[in-house]
Amino acid sequence: MDWSALKLSLCLALATSLILLPFGAPLARLLAWSDFKGKWIAEAALALPLVLPPTVLGYYLLVALGTGSPLGAFYESVTGHPLAFSFEGLVFASVLVNIPFALIPMQRAFEAIPLEVHQAAKVCGMPPLQAFFRVELPLAWPGVLSGFIMTAAHTVGEFGVVLMVGGNIPGETKTVAIAIYDRVQAFDMQAAGWMSATLLVLSLLALALTTRLGRRVAR
Amino acid sequence: MLAVVLHQKRPITLDVDLRCDQGELLALVGPSGSGKSTVLKIIAGLLRGDVGSVRIDGETWFDSEKKINVPVHERSVGYVFQSYALFPHMTVLENLMAAGGSEARARHWIEAVRMKGLEHQRPHQLSGGQQQRAALARALVREPKLLLLDEPFSAVDQLTRDRLYEELAELRRRLNIPVIFVTHSLTEAQLLADRMVVLHRGRTLQSGTPEEVFRAPATPDIARLVAHKNLLEAQVIAADQTLTLLDWRGLRLNAPPGAFTSGEKVAWLIPALDVRMNGPDEAPAHVDNRFEAQIESVVPLGDQATVRIRMPNGECLTLSAAAHIVRKRQLAAGRSIGVSLLPASIHLMPHEPH
Repeated sequence: MDWSALKLSLCLALATSLILLPFGAPLARLLAWSDFKGKWIAEAALALPLVLPPTVLGYYLLVALGTGSPLGAFYESVTGHPLAFSFEGLVFASVLVNIPFALIPMQRAFEAIPLEVHQAAKVCGMPPLQAFFRVELPLAWPGVLSGFIMTAAHTVGEFGVVLMVGGNIPGETKTVAIAIYDRVQAFDMQAAGWMSATLLVLSLLALALTTRLGRRVAR
Repeated sequence: MLAVVLHQKRPITLDVDLRCDQGELLALVGPSGSGKSTVLKIIAGLLRGDVGSVRIDGETWFDSEKKINVPVHERSVGYVFQSYALFPHMTVLENLMAAGGSEARARHWIEAVRMKGLEHQRPHQLSGGQQQRAALARALVREPKLLLLDEPFSAVDQLTRDRLYEELAELRRRLNIPVIFVTHSLTEAQLLADRMVVLHRGRTLQSGTPEEVFRAPATPDIARLVAHKNLLEAQVIAADQTLTLLDWRGLRLNAPPGAFTSGEKVAWLIPALDVRMNGPDEAPAHVDNRFEAQIESVVPLGDQATVRIRMPNGECLTLSAAAHIVRKRQLAAGRSIGVSLLPASIHLMPHEPH
């Protein structure tokens, strides 16, 4: 078992989920109730990571994060080290890839709140922020939490994008998913087996939890 | 006083002009899809009006010309939704306090709507009638300048509805604010409202007391909306200050004077309750508009019966009679009876081509 890879995977998952949470919930609420021009395009763009091959995403991210790009150059000038092939670069890539996994459960949860309840908060004199924290979030929280867990679970399991953007640097960008691939290449089937079983159990737990939360939303 | 003027083409056509005084209970009546709920939502600010204004007590909530549109949460309005829309994760007391009430005031209103003892229940533990009361209390705990009720009685059973009618009638005497409720039920409007406004295809057609609107609808359209059964057409033969003489497909009718000239086509109606059956031994003579008619059908409905009669000119009229009279006089299809169409009950309207 590669403990440093597991620790890295869990850190990456937590960082990705924590970054997506404060952006995801308000964005999901906006998509659930607002109707604006080009909403369908925005929704399609946000769901893109679901269907694109990880190599395509990885390629574009590598271009965007590289030292030659404005973002990569700016990051390097501030921190002194490049964004690509670093943990921070991995977090950035992971956040983008996971947008749909966070957003979709959250959006469904906000959509499930009856329109009249949403309007009742307004006619009860609540300004938008208060309505969000007192009425909408308490009703949508199982979906929001479910988005958080899905993001974490998916991040732990992400392979292609991580390999493209992060490479395979032990302690920096080598996650469990990469470590498994690494061990199989080295014919170390026992280590690969242990790590695979760990990921399997983690993923099953995460999915079981979100299914249970999904039932709560439906009620 | 609340004054609402709306003119718009989209998303639905609205041509609305209505007023509601302090302490007045105004019913907004119309068939489904007539725009009643839309008007209510524009007044509350939940929907944006296109052209027009909403003013209350010298405050402007919406004015398209001056580009004023006060956000919903800044309008002092109490709103009861059709589905009540209580916050499901809060108790009754918390629902009221979420609407900006102090705990003392929330408890006061819970008592006022007879919900004492239920303050710690969640909405799903309440019956439909209790949810409605809680929603009403939540709307009033803010001490709003205006109370709006969107079909408040449509989701409860008849028994609960009757009790809620009484409670609303009692409660409103304590409120000195304009109250508007939306309904498609004329009975509800007649029972509760001081005044009603008829809305049809987004246009306010007529306003007045329920009695006025029912007795004297301004157009045949409104007569149909308030469910008049005897809505007919005739031609004016002569008209002066004392009466209008009509030719109703060969029958002569005396009707009250109106702004009609001889030769003009008019629509007219007589309420089913005002088609009088003449007693068997009643002297004919001086009563106007007496005819011999043939009974087509008698349909008993509780303690009233609906009797369809065919007049000598072949036209049909409907009259309402007490069930015991129908039994006593053995009224049945095929028999003939004498009827009078009391001139004072006849109402004339401008003719509208269909």
